[in-house]
Amino acid sequence: MNTITAEKLKKSFGNKTVLDEIDLEIKSGEIFGLIGPSGAGKTTLIRIITGQLTRDSGTAHIFGIDSTELSQEDKAHYGIMMDDFGVYDRLSCFDNLKLFARIYRVGNSRINRVMNEVGLADAAHTPASKLSKGMKNRLRLARAFMTEPDILFLDEPTSGLDPAAADGIHKMILDKKAQGRTVFLTTHSMSEAQKLCDHIAMLCDGHIVEYGTPDDICRRYDSKRSIMVHLTDGTDLVLENSTKGAQRLCDLIKMGQAGSIHTSEPDLAEVFMELTGKELTA
Amino acid sequence: MRNITAIFLKQISDTLKNKPVLIQFILFPALTVIMETCIKIDDMPEHFFVKLFAVMFTGMAPLTSICSVISEEKEKNTLRALIMANVRPAEYLAGVGAYIFLCCMGGTAVFAVMSGKSGKDLAIFVMIMAAGIIISELTGAVIGIAADDQMAATAVSMPVMMLLSFLPMLSMFNETIKKISSVFYSQQISRLINGDGTSESTLVIGINFILLVIGFIVIYRKKGIE
Repeated sequence: MNTITAEKLKKSFGNKTVLDEIDLEIKSGEIFGLIGPSGAGKTTLIRIITGQLTRDSGTAHIFGIDSTELSQEDKAHYGIMMDDFGVYDRLSCFDNLKLFARIYRVGNSRINRVMNEVGLADAAHTPASKLSKGMKNRLRLARAFMTEPDILFLDEPTSGLDPAAADGIHKMILDKKAQGRTVFLTTHSMSEAQKLCDHIAMLCDGHIVEYGTPDDICRRYDSKRSIMVHLTDGTDLVLENSTKGAQRLCDLIKMGQAGSIHTSEPDLAEVFMELTGKELTA
Repeated sequence: MRNITAIFLKQISDTLKNKPVLIQFILFPALTVIMETCIKIDDMPEHFFVKLFAVMFTGMAPLTSICSVISEEKEKNTLRALIMANVRPAEYLAGVGAYIFLCCMGGTAVFAVMSGKSGKDLAIFVMIMAAGIIISELTGAVIGIAADDQMAATAVSMPVMMLLSFLPMLSMFNETIKKISSVFYSQQISRLINGDGTSESTLVIGINFILLVIGFIVIYRKKGIE
């Protein structure tokens, strides 16, 4: 069952087309990754799907409901963590969440549970201004988890974090998937997408240039796959993935010169580069 | 109502830790208590400091505090997070506005006690102050919504606040300033508090209020609250 769908979605700001004929289908319970460089239109797409922004044309639905007609009750079914959503610096983590608990009509027990979930229990009474970037992201995540939403929109949740902090957030995202929640993730990190996502869409200049599972996408672009042979004399030899390369490899094996053989497949970053001619940067 | 209450309660916690805003509510009432208690000069009008500082308070505290709160929330994108949590812009403004109004009315209570007024005079004094506070809040909200960040908001709110707060005092010494300042609501609030208000005072305050409401609607439609 599709949780989120978009068809022929278009959005322009002035003369600049930010999203052009976007089609998406996101299944229930999967982690969907929208990847692309900064300015590709990722945040705009989330804002349109969640009803924060109007589209110029096309359709966008969550649970079959048009994104422009989402009621307050419908909106309680999804949690959003945007990279630029602020926190109240002077308030403690608990008080930050208390505000949203009052708005969502959930009790203090839920605040405590969410703080435990994101690993902020020890910092409950610490002012948000004293938190590291990673801890602030956890606080933003806690806010998104408050209503136990069915869908989570996470806009670059690990942007600017060190690997250990990013790993902690990855675990939380995978936990949410294990609980059956749908996660819509935007990232410019291909390794993050490869690690977490069931399906990804590559967005560049307002267009989806590729869609599929990370493995499928890499396999589709494996023409550049090569074979690396570590020779017994200590040197490395890279052979083409072709008949000629295979013949050369056989010769090396026969001569006993091949110490070890490795295949080299393109990763998502290389595929993106091949498709768009652009590198992914934050 | 739930969201307004949530914003109101958030504002209480936040203001207690926000000294620049907190001091706005305390400064003039505290100064009034000190000056009225300590300074006694012959021929000085009765409750001079109450009348002087009450006008400054209405022109300064509501304006700068609401402007600061709104512009800070815009700059730090906390307002967007609230809007995404289904808080309507009107609910947000009502929550913040009600909180600042009540804080300022707390200050008004101090002025009222120090003025020694009672009965009908006291009620009229409180009503005049309430009118001044509401119009100043409206002015601050217009600036806060129009500004992109806190720095831009302060750059506009400071001179406006100085103009509204100090013109009534300066007009005591200069006729030209008195004429110019008569178009501003704070001058008319000053006249009403000093007991020499006329129907013109009510008219000017009314016109100021209507113009600010129009300004608020225009700015809100143009820029939105986020």
